[in-house]
Amino acid sequence: MLPENLLKNDERAMLALRSLYNSYGYRPFKMSKFEEYELYVRNKDFLVSDRVITFNDTDGRLLALKPDVTLSIIKNTRAGAYDKHKVYYNENVYRVSGTTGQFKEIMQMGLECIGDIDTTDVFEVVSLAAKSLATVSSDYVLDISHMGIISAFIAECERGSNFTRKMTALISEKNSHEVYTLCEQYGVPSEKADMLASLIGIYGERSSALKRLEPLCTSEDAKAALCELASLDKLLTEHGITDKVRFDFSVVNNMNYYNGIVFKGFLAGISEGVLAGGAYDNLLRTMKQDRRGIGFALYLDLLEELEEEGDGYDVDVLLVYDSKAQASSVAAKKDELISQGLSVYSATNVPEKIRYKKIVKVN
Amino acid sequence: MLNIALPKGRLGEKVYDMLERAGYPCEAIKENGRKLIFENAELGVRYFWVKPSDVSIYVERGAADIGIAGKDILLEYSPDVYELLDLNIGKCRMAVAGKKTFRDDGKRTLKVATKFVNIAKAHYASVSRDIDIIKLNGSIEIAPILGLSDVIVDIVETGTTLKENDLAVIETIVPISARLISNKASFKFKTAEIEKLVEGIRAQVKKDD
Repeated sequence: MLPENLLKNDERAMLALRSLYNSYGYRPFKMSKFEEYELYVRNKDFLVSDRVITFNDTDGRLLALKPDVTLSIIKNTRAGAYDKHKVYYNENVYRVSGTTGQFKEIMQMGLECIGDIDTTDVFEVVSLAAKSLATVSSDYVLDISHMGIISAFIAECERGSNFTRKMTALISEKNSHEVYTLCEQYGVPSEKADMLASLIGIYGERSSALKRLEPLCTSEDAKAALCELASLDKLLTEHGITDKVRFDFSVVNNMNYYNGIVFKGFLAGISEGVLAGGAYDNLLRTMKQDRRGIGFALYLDLLEELEEEGDGYDVDVLLVYDSKAQASSVAAKKDELISQGLSVYSATNVPEKIRYKKIVKVN
Repeated sequence: MLNIALPKGRLGEKVYDMLERAGYPCEAIKENGRKLIFENAELGVRYFWVKPSDVSIYVERGAADIGIAGKDILLEYSPDVYELLDLNIGKCRMAVAGKKTFRDDGKRTLKVATKFVNIAKAHYASVSRDIDIIKLNGSIEIAPILGLSDVIVDIVETGTTLKENDLAVIETIVPISARLISNKASFKFKTAEIEKLVEGIRAQVKKDD
């Protein structure tokens, strides 16, 4: 058995998550690091960033280092043997970092459920997202939103795509003061502006959020989305998933691809969201597939922020031996110390940059 | 403990006064010295002074839970943060200015000098105007005078600097004021504390006449 403290957070999470996903019948999905570039050209807006690392294969085809996993999974899981594909993956993706503007390798672990999806599947994926966060730390928050509600509220204003884009950005910023400015600019009636500003103000505990949301949902589309949220809330509550899984409509994904439940997960101590996901039936539709899909990804590289500082030592024992010492006696001393559970670094002289607890000499 | 990033300078001092009136005082902050971090452990707040253009970085990266930044900085850098309140102070506007005699006839690429490259690009892209961006770091006003650019995109407060240099505002791009921003993850874990502070500040915000 490996000592618990030897594993880093991401490694520990990876093992625990594999076991979690396996137990729910999700199968591991291994894919190539490369993907046809064309796949991303066709679905550029689905990507978090539209910059992709490309290169030519030996036969001249233009390939890319994967910036995203979901598109590859959709491409590689055709309907057939299973009516639903439940898969999980653990892959590196290559994206431009928003803060540095340079390419970054990001370790992602996630799952996708594609096919004839029903309420049970949506609940399963959302609860697995919550369980995934809980695997890393009990101090987590999973915010759930619904693109159907957001798009229905914006559609009621009837002001076209520029307005939609700007309003979506304001909702994601919880920027209620500028909602009024934008509505005024576009000549949207003040009661609609009030409705959008109220939506921004609804977040937190699920049942009270639902109560406040209900009177605002007047259109058929909004009512249908509300109904979906309510049934998800009921299932979550019945299964004891309560205060840490909340509603928050500032979670907004691209409407061209995401249409239903969307969610984002946070862990205390990490300054950005570590988990993101949602239902992407619209994406499947644009890929000419008559299937539904929902999934999420956990950004394992961010777990580094949770790493506790060690005791400040690189090694327990520095074993310094004379160059004339017998190799066998040095090895024997080393084995003896290691068998006591100590870590040992052996060298003929004291290295400059190693911090050790004690020094042992062998002549 | 709430970590609050204040922008160094006159605006930051005004904001601190609002925070003090809202019930978050920290006496030590008023002493003139070189200290940058001030804490009121009892009330659970820690203030620190940072360069105004850096506030959004501290907040986005979670070193500060909340901060006060100008809308100009938020538009230019688009940090992934919540914008919770318009403080209605530090008011000015982002504008296009040029020589009083300048007229854009649209016949050639417009040369635009600015510190705010992204704002300028977005503005001209929205009207499909072909431009040549010249990034400057200060004294933007002299660019059109010396013929370096046709126009500038910059913050205009009273317009005095423009007038003194024989320049005039051609169009306003967007009004600017100070905004209270919050780190998204901090908002999840310190919701009640942040809400309380926001409400305290909201009560201090003066409405336009």
